[in-house]
Amino acid sequence: MSSQFRATSTPIEDGSLVTMVGTVDRAAKEPLEAAYAEATRTPGRVVLDFREVDYINSTGIAVIVGLLAVARSEGREIHAFGLTEHYREVFTITRLADFMTIHEDEEAAVAAG
Amino acid sequence: MMLERLRRRRSENGGGPAAGTPLSQTRLIDPIPIPPGDPLETVLLSAGGPVGVADLELVSGTLDAVRAAGVELIVPLIGQGELIGALYLGPRLSDQPYSSDDRRLLGGLAAQVAPAMRVAQLIREQQAEAKERERIEQELKVAALIQQTLLPKELPSIPGWHVSAFYRPARAVGGDFYDFIPLADGRLGVVIGDVTDKGVPAALVMATCRSMLRSAAQKHDSPSKVLAEVNDALVPEIPAAMFVTCLYAIIDTGAGDVVLANAGHNLPYMQTEDGVVELRAAGMPLGLMPGMDYEEKRYTMGSGETMVLTSDGITEAHDPDGEMYGFGRLMARVARRADDMVVALVDDLESFAGPDAEQEDDITLVVVRRSHSAQVSAMAFGAGELLDSFAVRSEEGNERAAVTRMAEAVAPLGFDRRDLERLQTAVAETVMNAIEHGNEGRPELEVGVEVWATDDVVSVRVTDQGGAREIPEPQTPDLEAKLAGLQTPRGWGLFLVEKMVDDVRSTSDGSTHTVELIMKRKGALR
Repeated sequence: MSSQFRATSTPIEDGSLVTMVGTVDRAAKEPLEAAYAEATRTPGRVVLDFREVDYINSTGIAVIVGLLAVARSEGREIHAFGLTEHYREVFTITRLADFMTIHEDEEAAVAAG
Repeated sequence: MMLERLRRRRSENGGGPAAGTPLSQTRLIDPIPIPPGDPLETVLLSAGGPVGVADLELVSGTLDAVRAAGVELIVPLIGQGELIGALYLGPRLSDQPYSSDDRRLLGGLAAQVAPAMRVAQLIREQQAEAKERERIEQELKVAALIQQTLLPKELPSIPGWHVSAFYRPARAVGGDFYDFIPLADGRLGVVIGDVTDKGVPAALVMATCRSMLRSAAQKHDSPSKVLAEVNDALVPEIPAAMFVTCLYAIIDTGAGDVVLANAGHNLPYMQTEDGVVELRAAGMPLGLMPGMDYEEKRYTMGSGETMVLTSDGITEAHDPDGEMYGFGRLMARVARRADDMVVALVDDLESFAGPDAEQEDDITLVVVRRSHSAQVSAMAFGAGELLDSFAVRSEEGNERAAVTRMAEAVAPLGFDRRDLERLQTAVAETVMNAIEHGNEGRPELEVGVEVWATDDVVSVRVTDQGGAREIPEPQTPDLEAKLAGLQTPRGWGLFLVEKMVDDVRSTSDGSTHTVELIMKRKGALR
């Protein structure tokens, strides 16, 4: 059922933009980690684009927690945008929102740098 | 002290040799006990042989009785320095006084008889003791049997509540009891009590009291009326000097309201966020005096609050130095959170009393906890209208199909987007758990989904085949620990489910496990 997850990294002015498409569940772990590794070959922050993500479940939250753990150990800032209201609430309840900066839209996220 | 009888022979013709005298012509001297400490006892112990009654000058009621019975000679039977008995002899049939030869002969005879008698006495005492021990053991067995028969066989299973109980009798089986009485409208009666005295009498009073409580509980909605009725009924039935301490609480398992009355039993403690609250309600123990009034106390239990009822076997347990466990320690232990309050309290008590302590009194504990997820009460399993019922196979990802179908089923109910998404996430996580944990990812096993609705709530019930397995309580995941790599990044599922809906309930029947997700219909079609 779950749509194939893809993640790609593109450089932006002060870091990288990781664009995700599909379902963030346990299957997203490897593609997302690969995109993150690609993104962090250049210094600066990582901006996660959730606009094309249709579903995040608890195993996907675990994947993001894993990503946040790595970023924190590297002292790297994580930003995000494109989350639906529901997933913003989920990120708040799980406190993921405390460890990343969540923006309204791409413009705000990019400008935040 | 044992008394020996002696046949006193008297010749028909008032004298002459006794040869051939028929037994019917002898007279029996009734036993005359010599009380310990009587002056006669002292004389007989120190005499060193038979004592002529005529020679004695004592102020002794016993001696007067001995004289009145016509006793002329007393032959003490002494063993190991104790007066075991005495032979009372009347006048010789020849009417001659007892000669010194007679006395020597009788003295020798007494010396032979005394040890044999002592042995016989000891055997008889031991037999009596053994019989008494057997009687006591038998009585204890009967008392224990009565109690075991009457204590609840199983604990009430109420969605949103966790009820547990512990009962351990002391060797001498006291009169502790507890009971759960199902009442109308989803209310539950909870009883804890203690009959003074031990053994069979206490067990019988407990049995009587229990029946009276069960009957009164169905008649009155007020705990104080229940206790007052039981008190009046018990007063004429209960043996003097016995009484019953008893606490009766009625819990409205929907709203969490507790109303209780207390007939002199240990105070109940309520563990709350702000510490331990004592629920005081005055009242005399049951069975002492008729016409008693019982105060009532009300308390509304919030989510996560725990009520602890105890018997005095806990508070009055002693440590090896003789110090009592006491209410202070009990309260301190109740104040600390515990996964299982019963286990925590028993452990604490055991470590206090020490490993070699023999339990002095029955120990009884009843713990009633309102779960963190017991907010909505409007609905229980089986109520409402079934909107849809379907199943998915236990394959990863199938939760999405379940969510889609559930969303279609509830579409006519007009949930707003926010609530619908929350319900979807809760259903997705619950179905995932059912697939992964309940059915252990075995594709041939199905996860059943039922969607129910009432005017007030929608209820989604997710059933898997893992009913025999324990479902852990959701705990707040520690994000810092996860980020620091100290905790697995996973473990969000149950936590999320609890946050997404208004109530989560679960039931198991030994083979299947069902989780019910309840969401209120805010301002929905009324």
